[in-house]
Amino acid sequence: MEVPILKQGPVLIATFQAALSDADLNQLRSALVQQVVRFRSRGVIVDVTAMDVMDSFASRTLREIAHIIRLRGAETVIVGIQPEVAFAMVQLGLTLEGVATALDLEEGLAYLNQKFKTMK
Amino acid sequence: MSRVEIRVTISSDQDIVLARQKGRSLALELGFSSGDATLIATAISELARNIVSYAGSGQIALKDLQGSSRVGISVTASDNGPGIPNINQALRDGFSTSGSLGLGLPGVRRLMDEFEIDSKPGQGTKVVVKKWRP
Amino acid sequence: MAKRDESSELLRELVAHLRQNRTQLREEWVGSISETRLLTAMTKEEIFAEATSVYDSYVEALETETFEALQAYARNLSERIIPRGVETHEVVGIVLLLRDVLARSLFAKYQTDFKKLNRILDAYEPAANRIANTVAVGFVQERERVIRQQQEAIRELSTPVLQVRERLLILPIIGVIDPQRARQLTEQLLRGIRTNRAKVVVIDITGVAAMDVTVANHLVQTVEASRLLGATVIVTGLSPEIAQTLVTIGVDLGKMNTVGDLQGGIEQAERLLGYKVMALAEPN
Ligand SMILES: Nc1ncnc2c1ncn2[C@@H]1O[C@H](COP(=O)(O)OP(=O)(O)OP(=O)(O)O)[C@@H](O)[C@H]1O
Ligand SMILES: [Mg+2]
Repeated sequence: MEVPILKQGPVLIATFQAALSDADLNQLRSALVQQVVRFRSRGVIVDVTAMDVMDSFASRTLREIAHIIRLRGAETVIVGIQPEVAFAMVQLGLTLEGVATALDLEEGLAYLNQKFKTMK
Repeated sequence: MSRVEIRVTISSDQDIVLARQKGRSLALELGFSSGDATLIATAISELARNIVSYAGSGQIALKDLQGSSRVGISVTASDNGPGIPNINQALRDGFSTSGSLGLGLPGVRRLMDEFEIDSKPGQGTKVVVKKWRP
Repeated sequence: MAKRDESSELLRELVAHLRQNRTQLREEWVGSISETRLLTAMTKEEIFAEATSVYDSYVEALETETFEALQAYARNLSERIIPRGVETHEVVGIVLLLRDVLARSLFAKYQTDFKKLNRILDAYEPAANRIANTVAVGFVQERERVIRQQQEAIRELSTPVLQVRERLLILPIIGVIDPQRARQLTEQLLRGIRTNRAKVVVIDITGVAAMDVTVANHLVQTVEASRLLGATVIVTGLSPEIAQTLVTIGVDLGKMNTVGDLQGGIEQAERLLGYKVMALAEPN
């Protein structure tokens, strides 16, 4: 299952369609890094609205994505974590520390735009 | 006494997704809230991933629990992998032999109501966890 | 097959007997209900009216050997009497009494023909037990449903999530929090954040007397989960005791957003939401 990546101005948006396997997640990580470099994107939004489980592997991958993207000079924000998923994550001990989060796509874009302004 | 038993063979990361989906639907069928079903599915995901990562292959068995006054679900993860030499250590937050977060086993323990683990080096690992409907 | 037919035939004979002696048997039954002090929450007239319906449904279930109608009646009956405080043992009790009243009348009728009596009882007993079971199960299910509903209602009431301004929620927690309530509270807050698109949440625990380690852990998890949804949590009204508990479980209070009282918390929330900044930036 391939994760589609959308380019919207300086921002890349990756939308998780459904439950992803580890391989899908790994594929997404490399694709995102490549495209950030290629398009000189300044921000990345990972939309996980459709994910019904976020386990330690998925969470670690998201952290890695945010980290690598930051090394490429861009900001990452994770959007769309569902209330129930968030509850399960914190029970497990996964808090995505150091990674920006926002309610949904709209909020994620607002967050990045704010960031871009202060970065300029 | 249980009425349903679902077995999922775990040998690749695809099977992890399958196992947790089956777990979620069984939990919902048994009347768990969708919040609880998410906790159960997350626990299954962790146990199945440990099978893939450390044993290569194994099995997840899902069963309903019919107590005299309550209903629950049990998840059994078993494999014939290398086993865990020091269980106490493996259950500690942050302990990992694979450079991972080391949150899987202790996290599963928090997600579920009951947790049992049986593992010996060279003899595989069996984890049985249960959750009761409130 | 033959056995089945015979049993049906016997049941038919039985039903005819119960119909014929309806008035007398029903009276006997109602008598033994008040003797054993069951259904004390109901008046004599009410008991008599219900007993009549139960009796007729009972006989009908024996006749048709189907239990749907009885089941529906049992549920309906439960719905009416549960609010009156009728207990499970009372409902089971009256059905068992009826079973015995009817059995006794069968003894009386067939006492001279022992063989027949035995066959009749063989046909009657399984049916009677199934009826008792159906009624009891119906009652228990209805009771559970009512209890669940009441608990839900109480919980919703005791954990209000208030929206005081756009994107700002306040969760004033009052009273004793047990793990179950803490869980309920978290779920409600997380849902509230999503539906109200909240960016800042003030959790006020001024009204919380004490907090054990489990609940304190829960508070921390609530703060973390809220952040995963993109909302910042400000905790207000933290007593020194609770602060101590949090430190004990390893919470870095410096990382947690705490403000002395609710008023201060709301002010900080408004700053975070940029209300003041917006007001200044607005062209006049
Ligand atoms: N089925 C298993 N077979 C053998 N060893 C296991 C098995 N499950 C867990 N372990 C051992 O226990 C350790 C702890 O497991 P746990 O799931 O808690 O953390 P992790 O898998 O290392 O990291 P995470 O789950 O957070 O990604 C593992 O690093 C591994 O050494
Ligand atoms: Mg693991």
